[in-house]
Amino acid sequence: MYWETMQDFWHMGGYGFYVWLSFGVTFFCMAIELLLLRARRLNNEKAKDLL
Amino acid sequence: MNLFKYASPQTFYPLAGKLIPWFAVGAAILIIYGLYIGLLVAPTDFQQGDSYRIIYVHVPAAWFSMFLYVVMCGYAILGLSLNAKLSYMMAKSIAPTGAMFTVVALVTGATWGKPTWGAWWVWDARLTSELILLFLYLGYMSLQAAIDDTRRSDRASAILAIVGVINVPIIYFSVKWWNTLHQGSSINMTSSPTMASIMLKGMLIMALGFWLYSVAVIFARVRREIEDRERQSAWINKLEA
Repeated sequence: MYWETMQDFWHMGGYGFYVWLSFGVTFFCMAIELLLLRARRLNNEKAKDLL
Repeated sequence: MNLFKYASPQTFYPLAGKLIPWFAVGAAILIIYGLYIGLLVAPTDFQQGDSYRIIYVHVPAAWFSMFLYVVMCGYAILGLSLNAKLSYMMAKSIAPTGAMFTVVALVTGATWGKPTWGAWWVWDARLTSELILLFLYLGYMSLQAAIDDTRRSDRASAILAIVGVINVPIIYFSVKWWNTLHQGSSINMTSSPTMASIMLKGMLIMALGFWLYSVAVIFARVRREIEDRERQSAWINKLEA
């Protein structure tokens, strides 16, 4: 473990805003993709039930 | 074993369904392990400070934005040359994930550029060609969506995907061919990496995680595509959800 305190970890040597923003955007985009796919799956399941 | 068997939607559909959970679990484990190394174990960079940690998501996303385009182009060629339905569906299903990784690469590049270069964006060859990659993905997806006849939309968008692949080597070599603000590659095929091994390890594990993630998501999307296209076929309606 590189960090001594939790505070240091969040602070990221002064770059916290940029580091957390970039990781946040990455996993936000992946989460959106997964949610859209899930919506499509549920939609197709519903369409199948109507047949 | 006849591999061509799996080129038919009917056999690929259940196979993909069985494989998806394995890829998804593998992706989750690798990404969590990669995050652990990148954010908790790896030391700070002596030149860039902790802003360098952005590379753990930026570089794998940028790699897959390019790699997925090449794979999409490969399926487009297969589709056109063999007139294989599943190849077109693969190409179509890759595009949204490729576009997503392109957006991630561009945004995380900006959040790295701001503290490092002092600008969110510069019109340098690497950044500009990556932006063009996003437009190619969006163009491909729009063209697919714009033509109602599936066979025509598959073929037209496949041609766009094939023509656009010329942009991938331009992105890759842009830092060599032009004097870019974007730094050169730390990893390439001709020399040993110019970064600490723990940093390299974290980045490669994240990349592997993004790879498995891509396969899981793309397989799931192909299954949805098969459902959409084969709704009239008898076999799909016999399957249990």
